[in-house]
Amino acid sequence: MSENLIEVRGLTKKYGDFLAVDGIDFIVQKSESFGLLGPNGAGKSTTMRIIAATSQRTSGEVSVLGKDPEIQGPQIRAHLGVVPQQDNLDTQLTVTENLYIYGRYFGLSKKFINSKISDLLEFAQLEEKRDTKVEALSGGMKRRLTIARSLVSEPDILILDEPTTGLDPQARHILWDRLFRLKEDGITLLLTTHYMDEAEQLCDRLIVMDKGRIMAEGNPAALIKKYSTKEVLEVRFGSNRNAVMAPAMRELCERIEVLPDRILLYTENAETVLENIVAAGHHPNTSLVRRTSLEDVFLRLTGRSLIE
Amino acid sequence: MLLSAAVAIAERRSGKPGDHYYAGRSRAVVERSYIAFKSSTWFVILSGFVEPVLYLLSFGYGVGQFIGNIDSGTGKMVSYAAFIAPGLLATSAMNGAIYDSTWNVFFKMHESRLYHGMLATSLGPLDVALGEMAWALLRGLVYAMGFMIVVAPLGLIPSWWGILAIPAAVLIAFGFAAFGMAVTSYFTTFQQMGLINIALLPIFLFSGAFYPLTVFPGWTQALIKALPLWHAIELIRGLTLGAIDMRLFGHVLYFLVMIAGGLFFTTRRLNALFMR
Amino acid sequence: MSAVEKKRPVPRFGALYVLEARMKSMLKFLWVISAIAILNPVLYLVSIGLGVGTLITNNIGPNGIDGVSYLVFIAPALLATSAIQGAMDEVIFPTLDGFKWARIFYGINSTPQTGSTIAAGVFLTAMVRTTLSVLAYSGILYLFGAMDSPHSYLAIPIAIFAGASFGAVMLAFASHVNNEDMFFTIVGRFLIGPMFLFSGTFYPLNTLPIGLQFFGWISPLWHATELGRFATYGHHISTTMVIVHVIFLLTMLVLGLIIAFRQYTKRLAK
Repeated sequence: MSENLIEVRGLTKKYGDFLAVDGIDFIVQKSESFGLLGPNGAGKSTTMRIIAATSQRTSGEVSVLGKDPEIQGPQIRAHLGVVPQQDNLDTQLTVTENLYIYGRYFGLSKKFINSKISDLLEFAQLEEKRDTKVEALSGGMKRRLTIARSLVSEPDILILDEPTTGLDPQARHILWDRLFRLKEDGITLLLTTHYMDEAEQLCDRLIVMDKGRIMAEGNPAALIKKYSTKEVLEVRFGSNRNAVMAPAMRELCERIEVLPDRILLYTENAETVLENIVAAGHHPNTSLVRRTSLEDVFLRLTGRSLIE
Repeated sequence: MLLSAAVAIAERRSGKPGDHYYAGRSRAVVERSYIAFKSSTWFVILSGFVEPVLYLLSFGYGVGQFIGNIDSGTGKMVSYAAFIAPGLLATSAMNGAIYDSTWNVFFKMHESRLYHGMLATSLGPLDVALGEMAWALLRGLVYAMGFMIVVAPLGLIPSWWGILAIPAAVLIAFGFAAFGMAVTSYFTTFQQMGLINIALLPIFLFSGAFYPLTVFPGWTQALIKALPLWHAIELIRGLTLGAIDMRLFGHVLYFLVMIAGGLFFTTRRLNALFMR
Repeated sequence: MSAVEKKRPVPRFGALYVLEARMKSMLKFLWVISAIAILNPVLYLVSIGLGVGTLITNNIGPNGIDGVSYLVFIAPALLATSAIQGAMDEVIFPTLDGFKWARIFYGINSTPQTGSTIAAGVFLTAMVRTTLSVLAYSGILYLFGAMDSPHSYLAIPIAIFAGASFGAVMLAFASHVNNEDMFFTIVGRFLIGPMFLFSGTFYPLNTLPIGLQFFGWISPLWHATELGRFATYGHHISTTMVIVHVIFLLTMLVLGLIIAFRQYTKRLAK
């Protein structure tokens, strides 16, 4: 039986004249891992903060565990573990002290917290840094500590805002592993990211947001199927010739996209298309056959121009 | 479903008035300051106590030798050091409370984002405000006791009423802390915060810590008497010098109003203060 | 010589470019700086000079200390204090910002600028600010009648000199700082505070117990104040002592700058 932990209906948020979130609806079910994708400024973090009861909405309805975050903030937050985009660890305290005092903020007993600390340190792989001041930790360590800290209260819902931004590949993979384990333990995950591989790895279901609106919703595979083909062929003829070659390419596949540095051909079978190109007497400088990823969907939905 | 401990604790307060602002756990915020004090901020905090002592030595004794005994304002002649000691105690109560409730809050809000972390838990904004204020008062209490331990043996507290100067200093600190937090809730930039420092200097220099107001013309005196530090100094000076009369109640009342006003605006602006 | 070197010569007066950049960011705080530069002297002169002065006059007459009014007595000390304070603020904050907060020095260092030119640029900016605030302060002192003697104008270069000496030392100190909370506590409570209070600022140094007089001897503020009093109202002072005061301040200036230039270079290379 599924249970709706988070329900959002017609949610809007205005900062002065700026409409950050523009009437969105979605539902997150228990034990689900739900992703919010979108470029910077799409309204992801604002949505997260409203759900986490640290920002007030302009209009619409939000229910978290059947409660309204505007009215029962502390009661809702007792169920949540929050990992903000920017680490806000207590830099004057050590690693252990950070875990301890965070538990105290929830009103947990010293005994309860102390019994959890060694597990959390192990989870975050910070046993050797337990008495180190937070200021001296690397970025990856701080991120892991922030996640461990969010678990001290044994939350039902874990809210992660761009959990791996700025981390090196090793640190990212360790984090994914940790998050995957939490998912297996039945914790509901709500996360934002702009790494598509991360979304494909972690999310059961996701929404793509742009300019405060939802552009698409579904599971990663379904979204790829709906908004793109199975494979992509990338060919390069040199910056000045790509545009000239475009009409010839267009006839060989379902959809093409001409970029300054390369041409993307969307197709069900990229190898065959490449053979056809060569057979037609065209000789690209380089070519690449790959599976379509969520990134292609994302770029198709939100466009390629920079959003600042 | 088995309730987690954190949830059970939060549910206990559920339904009580103000439960969306206050979780009844400002103690955890004080505990945080205490842990930080033990491991890193102790030197910065404890050394704050030397400032009024240095002023007392330099002005009370250094300048004092050229001033001799002066009229304390009650007809009694006292040494210059005994005259300024209460002024310095009141001033340091003001400075400490203002710093804690303005710059410190501003920094934890905008730079270290400490409050973001606290408010992601089941604490409410009022827990944070009260916890921070309580810590500031605790600090004020320790400063006041330390100052008294230094000045009493020097014979600068001629009256036993002087003991009450300690709780009076805490009352004064509370007034300034409540006021400071209310002001900070309206400020968003460093430049605006700079105004606080600029405003403090004339308040410090002219509120009668260093001389009786009678050195100034009448209209200036009226202006100064509206300032909180003047009331603070008169209250503590009345107690340390044993000049007890009804006016002391007036000064206490001034601070009670300031506390009430400060808390009212702080509470009203809690979301602006901690949930920007 | 290669083409690259022809096109992009290493600037000979690199510090001037750093000065230009620093001036631009200082101008954003112009109103705060001006408010402090004007308000501070007026408030202290009225409150301490006139207020406390009245008490002293009541007790020992109008010219009781060093043969002049109390306001005239403390004026040169306040002038030097303001120079020192201004120079200090203007070297400390940019240095911490440059190395620690915004790390802008590392950006500047990736151009042909070196540690020494950056340090010199920061120092020169502080001197510009010190000079301007000393001029403003002196103007106010003049209006209060505290700069009436024919040699009073000498108090201006003396105060700037004091600002330079102390600024150089603080530049060296700040460039070593890692823990700024501790640094501000030490500087504010154990350096500036005692220096302001025990350098013969508010009463002649020799009226303090001999043990406390030591504070004054090592304080640039005392040396500058003695020279300043000599200039503004003819405070008695021997030629030997004039030389001692000047040498003390000069030594601080030179040592401070040498250490600062070295440490800037060393820390940027780390």
